[in-house]
Amino acid sequence: MIKTNKKTPKNIILSLENVSISYGTFEAVRNVFCNFKKGDITSLIGPSGCGKSTVLRSLNRMNDLIPNCSLKGTVLFDGTNIYDKRVDPVEVRRRIGMVFQQPNPFPKSIYENIAFGARINGFVGDMDELVESSLRKAALWDECKDKLNDSGYSLSGGQQQRLCIARTIAIEPEIILMDEPCSALDPISTLKIEETMHELKKNYTIIIVTHNMQQALRVSDMTAFFNAIEYEDGDGGKVGYLAEVNTTKKIFNSPKEKTTQEYISGKFG
Amino acid sequence: MNSLYYQKRLSRNIGDTFFTSLSVICALIAILPLIFLVTYILIKGGSQITPELFTLEPNPPGDDLDAGGINPALIGTLIITTIASIIAIPVGVGGGIYLAEYSKGGAFSRFIRFGVNVLAGVPSIIAGVFIYALIVSTKILFGSMYSGLAGGMALSILMLPTVIKTTDEGLKLVPNELRYASLGVGASMYTTILKVTLPSAIRSIATGVVLGIARAAGETAPLIFTALFSYYYITGFGDLFYEMGSLAVLIYNFALEPYDAQNKLAWAASFILVLSILSVNIFSRILAAFTEKTKRV
Repeated sequence: MIKTNKKTPKNIILSLENVSISYGTFEAVRNVFCNFKKGDITSLIGPSGCGKSTVLRSLNRMNDLIPNCSLKGTVLFDGTNIYDKRVDPVEVRRRIGMVFQQPNPFPKSIYENIAFGARINGFVGDMDELVESSLRKAALWDECKDKLNDSGYSLSGGQQQRLCIARTIAIEPEIILMDEPCSALDPISTLKIEETMHELKKNYTIIIVTHNMQQALRVSDMTAFFNAIEYEDGDGGKVGYLAEVNTTKKIFNSPKEKTTQEYISGKFG
Repeated sequence: MNSLYYQKRLSRNIGDTFFTSLSVICALIAILPLIFLVTYILIKGGSQITPELFTLEPNPPGDDLDAGGINPALIGTLIITTIASIIAIPVGVGGGIYLAEYSKGGAFSRFIRFGVNVLAGVPSIIAGVFIYALIVSTKILFGSMYSGLAGGMALSILMLPTVIKTTDEGLKLVPNELRYASLGVGASMYTTILKVTLPSAIRSIATGVVLGIARAAGETAPLIFTALFSYYYITGFGDLFYEMGSLAVLIYNFALEPYDAQNKLAWAASFILVLSILSVNIFSRILAAFTEKTKRV
């Protein structure tokens, strides 16, 4: 384990310190400072192109997979800067799981979808039990207990997304990142996923990007509002920044920033 | 006022009919060679098929009326193609994996892609001459000169571009979401490729491999310089290091003989070769159709 000498408060699990992310010469977000509390659900909201998904993907080094993407600053997880050269991104992703915008089950059976991640992570216990408990936590067990050997694709979109959540839970991460997990789903599936998230909150820290402000209001304890503006030194394009972060109640009832007020009341975005 | 009804004699309609018929005729002419070739070989060669054909050695031309069979050539083609596959499939699939999964589109991968395209266009005789210079004339393979092994190497050069290209393209068709899913649950790049992306692309890769084999199995020019020809049964492992017969070279040799018996044997061999290449091609189409069906699931 690589330790840095920086001290973070005990209940802060993840913290961004002066993070700027660029794609090639294009700067996506600039100077983000943000702390994520353990056991909280934190929503990242903001208009399109403000870099909230970029920030989310940077939290478990998914951005590594995008060519030309570079990050400046520190992302401290468990006292370690995950962008330190000595850090293995595979290990980071094992401890910080991710659920994507589009449901993306493996082209394997429902059972294998969950067993795959656990197995490669060196799981040696009772696999049947793990599959069942993961599916239960993701509120999918009752719907698919009789067809565990069917293809993951045989499920509906909402069920597939819950399967992806179950798959992420199965590797027992400390944090679960969700990138607009409900944007491809109908309202009923969305509601089920939100119920699942409330259940998961007991054991996991969740960070979710959402376009749906009602959803942020419903599920999250903390809300971070990202915005994009043109900087004078920039090349004319808009650059994202973290405008305001506070408890969800405060963000929606008494935001400090004028832009936050305008965004949540639907004036732009 | 013009009538709304279709009028044949209108100049635009005459022109239209003319060009439609012209293109249909061209299409028919284009397919004619294949139809004639296949029927001609089926008639000429099909009538020569006997059980002995598959079991006997070919007789040296001239000494009697019976030409014998094509057993050594048939087995030789199988062996040489297998050797070519053993070399070309791992290297080709590995190269394709590098291009599709690891390379980031830099100068090196662009150079490889360009090189593969050039290699695909290299005349097959050049591959033969190259292996002749490298292996045969130098006796580098345990002192043997012309050999089945050298023949397989020459054919592997011809298979390589097809295998690399289809692997590359097959892997590129695998949606990125699937890679993210695997990496997102903490899989390494190696596990992701081996357990997730490769299995998803396996059928299109298999199609490419089969097409590569079909192309290599019918080549003559590279074998004349490398495997040469043999009249004798292949009896053991050691025969790999000596001259080896193949269907294509048998056809080349015997079609040029002045004797009728040998010519007939060449027709019979053509029949077997065309039939097997045709069926391998059809097999690859079935494989490809199967791929598309499973993708929609």
